[in-house]
Amino acid sequence: MPNASGTVAIALTVNGKLHKLALDPRTTLLEALRDDLGLTGTKFGCGLGHCGACTVLVDGRRIVSCLTLAVMNQDRAITTIEGLADGHDLHPVQQAFVEHDAFQCGYCTPGQIMSAVGLFEEGKAGSAAAIREGMSGNLCRCGAYSNIVDAVRQAAGGEVAR
Amino acid sequence: MNPFSVTHAQDTAAALSGKGADSDAQFIAGGTDLLQLMQEGVVRSDALIDISRLPLAELEVRDDLLEIGALMRLRDLAEHEVVVREAPAIAQALRETASPQVRNMATVGGNLLQRTRCLYFRDAGAPCNKREPGSGCGAMDGCNRINAILGGSEHCIAAHPSDLAVALTALDAQVVVQGPDGERCLPIGAFYLPPGDTPEIENRLGPDELILAVRVPRSPAAARSRFIKLRDRETFEWALASCAVAFAIEDGRVADPRIVAGGVGTTPWRLERLESMLDGQALEPKVIAGVAECAADGAACRPGNAFKAALLREAVSRALHAGDVS
Repeated sequence: MPNASGTVAIALTVNGKLHKLALDPRTTLLEALRDDLGLTGTKFGCGLGHCGACTVLVDGRRIVSCLTLAVMNQDRAITTIEGLADGHDLHPVQQAFVEHDAFQCGYCTPGQIMSAVGLFEEGKAGSAAAIREGMSGNLCRCGAYSNIVDAVRQAAGGEVAR
Repeated sequence: MNPFSVTHAQDTAAALSGKGADSDAQFIAGGTDLLQLMQEGVVRSDALIDISRLPLAELEVRDDLLEIGALMRLRDLAEHEVVVREAPAIAQALRETASPQVRNMATVGGNLLQRTRCLYFRDAGAPCNKREPGSGCGAMDGCNRINAILGGSEHCIAAHPSDLAVALTALDAQVVVQGPDGERCLPIGAFYLPPGDTPEIENRLGPDELILAVRVPRSPAAARSRFIKLRDRETFEWALASCAVAFAIEDGRVADPRIVAGGVGTTPWRLERLESMLDGQALEPKVIAGVAECAADGAACRPGNAFKAALLREAVSRALHAGDVS
């Protein structure tokens, strides 16, 4: 139940670390990550689940963190873009995005990368067409799509178009 | 969003007692539609009841039916091997629903109860008889490109948004609901209500009831069911017109077919006249052409959405041709 200040006690496990927070029940998972935990790699785009900029993994599955409440994600393993690299060693998807220049402004990039990691978990990155379909929940207003497909294709172990 | 509390229901009884005690309370599971509506100020609620951890997320394969738990995620249902084999229209509809992220979150029950995408319903500043009864309908003479051409009334022409419900209607599914007085089962064809004079009432689910499951009869017709969706772009978009078909073939002829349209009706729309035309016929191209030609007969088109009549005919034709694969 909320206390006098209208907040509730919430425990979130993010990138392997347990955080105890006092949050307004309305707080979305996205807001908790960015505003309360300072993990600003996850981006706010549309706030309505349309753009995918806020994609994170919950128990290994990709979701849009703007359409779920923080209070509903306790006892779940949350992974953000900050939790992907192993020290200074980039995750293969991050490395592939760098090598393929798979971004321009970079705002959608954390969501694109988390989405690609989720796509691999789903086992559906077998062709360029499957990657285009599987990455359809992530918009890039710069239009870096062709390089994104190449990066994901490389990270999946497939042939790149060029 | 307006301020609200969140309680976490441990079982269905607790969930239902929370709902009964407070009529403004809303169940939340996947949250993918409700939180959009609350972010936009279209829906307000003082109290959310989190039902996401209730044990209703499994699919049970029984002798005569598939019982799909209301909290099953769309992705899990779409990928279930028995569904892919025995009710392919469900898998096809879900693979074309929303985005991969949303399919990992959204639940079966929530999908059936999602609200219309009508632009005026989703704009809290616009008149809408569904959102605010008596305020008028902006879509009637406004931007009605995505609105319904079948089943509308003078008060509302909002199209029903669910792809899954279209497939389930073709499969003669039943919706299992739990209320204070116990369980009851409704045919999905009787679950949804056209707008009539009360567009704010969209289905027969009571304010103190919860969907527990959906039952899909196992049959040869279900196993050859198909779903076709036509939309503005190839993926991550709602249907402008869709069609689910299910029928058995007996002695080379179609037996007791279901032909159901989506994206064009105020509810999932059974095309019963087309079903009668097809029943007992061999599934040949000229038969399909004759049936599909009549798909939009009786439609009430407006200048903005008249193109949907041709799309509906095409969706029916493609679904029947796809069903021809033996």
